Amino acid sequence: MSYADTREQFRPEDHPTDHFLLTTVVGSYPKPKWLNRAKELVDDEDRDFDEAHLEEALDDASRLITDEHVRSGLDVVVDGEMRRNEMVEYFAHRIDGYEFNGPVKVWGHNYFDKPSVADEVAYDEPWLVDEFEFTTGVTNRPVKVPITGPYTLASWSFNERYDTEAELAYDLADLVNEEIEQLVEAGCRYIQIDEPALATTPDDHAIVGDCLEQIADGVPEDVRLGLHVCYGDYSRIYPEILEYPVHEYDLELANGDYEQLDVFTETEFTKDLALGVVDVHTAEIESVKRIKRNIRKGFEVVPPERLTVSPDCGLKLLPREIAYGKMENMVQAARELEAELDASEVDVGYASE
Amino acid sequence: MTEVIATTTGLFPLPDWAKEELSDLKGHQKDDLISGEESEEIASAYERARSDVIAAQTEAGLDGIVEGQLRWDDMLAHPLCVHDNVDTRGIVRYYDNNNFYREPVVTGELTPDGDVAAELSAAPEANQAVLPGPYSLADLATDEYYGDETTFLGAVASFLAEEAGSLPDVETLFLLEPSLVENPPEEGVDERASDAIDTVAGAIDADVVVHSYWGAIPEKPYAHLMDAGVDAIGFDFVSDHESNIYNIQEYGTKDSIALGVVDGQNTLVETPAEIRERINWVRENVPAQEFETVYATPNTELFYLPVNKFEAKLEALGAAAAEEETA
Repeated sequence: MSYADTREQFRPEDHPTDHFLLTTVVGSYPKPKWLNRAKELVDDEDRDFDEAHLEEALDDASRLITDEHVRSGLDVVVDGEMRRNEMVEYFAHRIDGYEFNGPVKVWGHNYFDKPSVADEVAYDEPWLVDEFEFTTGVTNRPVKVPITGPYTLASWSFNERYDTEAELAYDLADLVNEEIEQLVEAGCRYIQIDEPALATTPDDHAIVGDCLEQIADGVPEDVRLGLHVCYGDYSRIYPEILEYPVHEYDLELANGDYEQLDVFTETEFTKDLALGVVDVHTAEIESVKRIKRNIRKGFEVVPPERLTVSPDCGLKLLPREIAYGKMENMVQAARELEAELDASEVDVGYASE
Repeated sequence: MTEVIATTTGLFPLPDWAKEELSDLKGHQKDDLISGEESEEIASAYERARSDVIAAQTEAGLDGIVEGQLRWDDMLAHPLCVHDNVDTRGIVRYYDNNNFYREPVVTGELTPDGDVAAELSAAPEANQAVLPGPYSLADLATDEYYGDETTFLGAVASFLAEEAGSLPDVETLFLLEPSLVENPPEEGVDERASDAIDTVAGAIDADVVVHSYWGAIPEKPYAHLMDAGVDAIGFDFVSDHESNIYNIQEYGTKDSIALGVVDGQNTLVETPAEIRERINWVRENVPAQEFETVYATPNTELFYLPVNKFEAKLEALGAAAAEEETA
């Protein structure tokens, strides 16, 4: 394998077993109710609640959710994306060339401020460095940074300026590369590119591949790059995506109860797999037993030393106590399986070489 | 002398105040969407929103005024989603968009419903109705009652014919048929799709326009569509002008034509001059035919747009048609 082992650096010093199933989350997490209230207060002119107060509330939320991730036992944590309102909007506000015209419908009465690219995009201010520095300041655990990928940033915007969506995506990929450079400088060693739009237009997998080449350019070898894709027909993008310059693929598979698992065993999975082991669209906490069974599904695709354990997708639409319960059981399941692997009590289905 | 009518395909975005008010009143989950039996408060919010969009069309100088289809939470699947013998299940993707609707599953007879007629009666200013075409509506739905594809398509066509027949008097009916492009009918089905459209068109005393978008209808289904008794076929000249002009040149078209010349899915606002240029391009490329009526419209529905750009596009269309007439 030509890529460096970027995984071992995330093994906790006091990890009790030889086997290590890296546990983490995709990124987003339910926001505390008071944070939403704080956002309303800052818009209310009759209240003495200004932007500085909101900043403080965002810091508090970020600290609170990072702590919640630590408490659940995750090996690599995120701050739950407390500062981000939405996965495209947040970045579009920080990129030159974007403008906002108002909310558009996604479904029913769910809307988002779909931005328009009115001019050539350019790097303006850092996107996530502050978020990363704050989060690393409140925990000793390693912190992962999820970034919305250029293909999704392009497809989920109105394109007024570029001849094709691909050209816009390539320009955005350069900006993502610039952001990663700053994150790495700040100490970040685990970056996940989120490309949910790839699932809706799988024929564009080559465009996403070219974007990732631009993104990975100049990134030091010890920085772990992941790609998150969800809710699509994986047979239309696999095995092609194995060519992408990333170490890990984070995939949603629990939602369909692993009906698509065959896709990944037909052609050998040569990179690391971050397997979705809890469903983010059921408000029911899966049992440890159930999650262990789900993790073992992953062993049919990759050996334990290449398996990361993660939820299907961001947890943000769940009630917070359910989201926490899912993480806690997920970590528990991974720790139990590691001990069983050490004791050679688990059949690993991975059958390569 | 060709008459140029500035109109739209309907399915407008809700005014921003109504987005907020209605999401507060109705909620955000799939069980909260429109059922056909709204409370008085909800009905009143829609009534005010409807007045807003009718005013916007009038101010823009459009000739064809629609009710706006603001209640159509499930987009073109709406007429089935509110039907008593239809269950709405999971949220499914709406064509190739980042939009979703409730999957309508037909579990009983598609009896006449009258939902769209009631909605249109609430907007006496409207002179144009909008319905999904039967092929698209059947394509967006799942059948658990009629048993086979042919019977189901026939039942959807009869249902839509009843709906069309019960509409208040209008000058024009737009039947939206994006599935003819997105999931085109195969051999045999193409003829039945055309018959189904004919059934709906025959039920109403108005000019009927069948409009499709997101590309061009493949040749054979297009040739069959020419047999349907409609007054005009509509083409998407934003996404694929070459294939659409090819169909017209090869197979001809009806005496009137609808031209999707404004992009319903991009915030870049066309100027009236650009719109006129697109209309003239079609006319120049179909030299053998002088159209009775040209309906100048957006290519797609308009709910994809933020309100400011939606209104700007209506204004551009109105201005383009006005200048066309005086030219």
